[in-house]
Amino acid sequence: MMGKPIATTRTVMGVSTGKLAVWWLIVSEIVIFGGLLASYVMHRIGHPEWAASAAHTDVRIGGLNTMVLLTSSLMAVLAHAAAGRGDGPLAAKRLAVTIGFAVMFLCVKAYEWTTEISHGYTITASGFWQFYYVAAGIHAAHIIAGAIIMGFVMMQARRNHELGRVELIGLYWHFVDLVWIFLFPLLYIAK
Amino acid sequence: MATAAPHAHDHGHDDAHPEESWVIKYLWSTDHKIIGLQYLFTGMAMAIIGGYFAYAFRMQLAFPGESVPTYGVVSPAQYNAMVTNHGTIMIFWVAMPVLIAAFGNFLIPLMLGCDDMVFPRINRLSYQIFLLSALVLIASFFVPGGGFGGAWTSYPPLSSEAGYSLTPLGSTIWLLAVALEFVAFLLGGINFITTTMNSRAPGMKYTDIPMVVWMIVLASIIFMASVGPLIAGAIMLLFDQNLGTHFFDPTAGGDPLLWQHLFWFFGHPEVYVVLLPAMGIVAEIITTFARKKLFGYKTVLYTAIATGILSFFVWAHHQFVAGIDPRMANLFTATTVLISIPIAEMCFVYIGTLYGGSIRFTTPMLWALAFIFEFLIGGVTGIFLGASGSDIYFHDTYFVLAHFHYTFFPIAIIGTFAALTYWFPKMFGRHLNESLGKIHFWGTVIPFNMIFIPLFILGVGGQHRRIYSYEHFPELFQPWQQDLRVMATVSLLVMLVFQALFLMNFFYSIFKGKKASKNPYNANTLEWLADSPPAHGNFLHLAEMPVVHRGPYEFNHPDRDEDYWPQWLPPEGVSAAPPADPEPAADPEPADESADQDADQDSDQDSDEESAS
Repeated sequence: MMGKPIATTRTVMGVSTGKLAVWWLIVSEIVIFGGLLASYVMHRIGHPEWAASAAHTDVRIGGLNTMVLLTSSLMAVLAHAAAGRGDGPLAAKRLAVTIGFAVMFLCVKAYEWTTEISHGYTITASGFWQFYYVAAGIHAAHIIAGAIIMGFVMMQARRNHELGRVELIGLYWHFVDLVWIFLFPLLYIAK
Repeated sequence: MATAAPHAHDHGHDDAHPEESWVIKYLWSTDHKIIGLQYLFTGMAMAIIGGYFAYAFRMQLAFPGESVPTYGVVSPAQYNAMVTNHGTIMIFWVAMPVLIAAFGNFLIPLMLGCDDMVFPRINRLSYQIFLLSALVLIASFFVPGGGFGGAWTSYPPLSSEAGYSLTPLGSTIWLLAVALEFVAFLLGGINFITTTMNSRAPGMKYTDIPMVVWMIVLASIIFMASVGPLIAGAIMLLFDQNLGTHFFDPTAGGDPLLWQHLFWFFGHPEVYVVLLPAMGIVAEIITTFARKKLFGYKTVLYTAIATGILSFFVWAHHQFVAGIDPRMANLFTATTVLISIPIAEMCFVYIGTLYGGSIRFTTPMLWALAFIFEFLIGGVTGIFLGASGSDIYFHDTYFVLAHFHYTFFPIAIIGTFAALTYWFPKMFGRHLNESLGKIHFWGTVIPFNMIFIPLFILGVGGQHRRIYSYEHFPELFQPWQQDLRVMATVSLLVMLVFQALFLMNFFYSIFKGKKASKNPYNANTLEWLADSPPAHGNFLHLAEMPVVHRGPYEFNHPDRDEDYWPQWLPPEGVSAAPPADPEPAADPEPADESADQDADQDSDQDSDEESAS
């Protein structure tokens, strides 16, 4: 394995290359979710009858998951703070808690979807439900990917390696959290 | 890649990088130049497939129902599949990988004075996903039902309902291949943008960046900002095809227009994604062979940015007859006509650069000039289609087809040949044969016009697109119309024959061409400081990494005897030894100082290696 190229260590913009790359990744993700949510909002306005389907979503479960994700983001911030002080093991512990919240989010989601599907609200049930499952599904895929990457960062942080990456995965995690902050009112609260 | 093997590795010093096996070096490489060549050769192979499809369906149009040599009788389903995949391949697997990925990978680190991309392993992953996407696409031709035939725009319900498309597997696999290809370019694009933002050589200001690098980076940003909605749309279409959702099915509350919006929100910026790199390539070549500074560097830069922004507000001009609100059509007519202003500005700047220059008609210069000439025809005919009044008449005729071939052919083929002939000495360390190159140039450009001028005439005459055989349309099967079709097809055959000449010249020159010096054209940009071909690490074997002292196009400077002034040469009177501190006047950005230190401290590499292991 060769070392890092000189190019990777340069910081003409005064920001690390890793952070720049994560920001550009987030830009590309914003457009993916932006296109999806814009399509949904336009259709929702054009189809007032979708409100009848939306009435069957469970705001309490959605609200619970919102709290779970917000708490996980708080833990990601605390991990970043620990990494900033050079305390890798503590950062790793806090990342582990973050991953725990991610798993909890997915479990709640699994329970929620199972209940809904067993009541007949499948992806083909109506125009609303197809957007509901696609938007929340793509978001859940981002949670899974983020949690896996966070696991790798955690293993490195535990040995005080690459502590800068704690901030990078935190940036991504806040973004995934933020997407949910848009999804929750659009899919659950708007009746 | 196999053919490039003996020479791409023809460098003596390899201290920093131990000997690697052939597979590691050429198939598993993290070297940006090898990855660039991988993209180039994959793109060329795909171009041969796309060209063969064009040959087969053009033969069917000229001689309907007759057996096509080497192919056989073209069935209607095969015709549709070949037309669809010709478009898909030429845009996603030829124009994008060659113009952006191949030249972007090869040129960006060299022109910025870096030893590699900032994320070499992500770069490798990008190519591997791209290769996989190409294989998946090829696989889609051979599944039961045959390849997808619903046009490269893939409009539902034709693309979403297997009952209409008759290609249940072909459509899904086609969609997967396109989605994989997008992932590959997103990864590559992040690398290009980050490298250019953060890893420029010390002293290189924004206005010292070679125009082609700017253009590839802007193209990557436009791609990244426009492709997202289509990725979401592709997931919806995939679910419509396979899970029974009805996103695009009007009989169940869906909307087929949604797909058109999502597709063209990407599809139109995509034109500029491939146009801008070609414009950048032309800027490099014209300045070098006119021996003149680029006339209006900032003008080109700002017009390119303006083009990029405007390109997000023109997409509905593809949908004037799709049932959108006519008031919206007026709006999109205005933005569409508006976008021709920055593009025309760029062409004027290039023509202005030629004025008063000492022009050398080398092969790359011929290609660059042909690009401007032919692209202008494509741009001017676009006005008729951008204006909703005339588009209603021209929509879905061969006029549209001829128009976009007059834009995409100059971009993807002429632009690529310009770049390939210009940077060939740097890529392979040898020269192409100049006489064969000029024969190939005329043998490509003249038949190109002979193919598509008849198609303009047929289109104005009302010939509709996507028709397998005109025999059953008596008003479209007049002898004069058929003669024009035969003329276009014969011209295509002539053009394809001349491409064989190019391939011979290309592969012969890789092995046996005249050896190239480091800077055969006396050009200014940093890639000409490196060896031909550059070793792994580009500049690492030099005494120091390059430092930039001036802009990229300082030709015929009044204070200098030679007619060129490379970016890397220190100002007159300053010793060539590494300066203790970088030129304070050269760059006001404080961040450069630390970058300079990084560049000088090669020994830092060792400690990095330890921490990485």
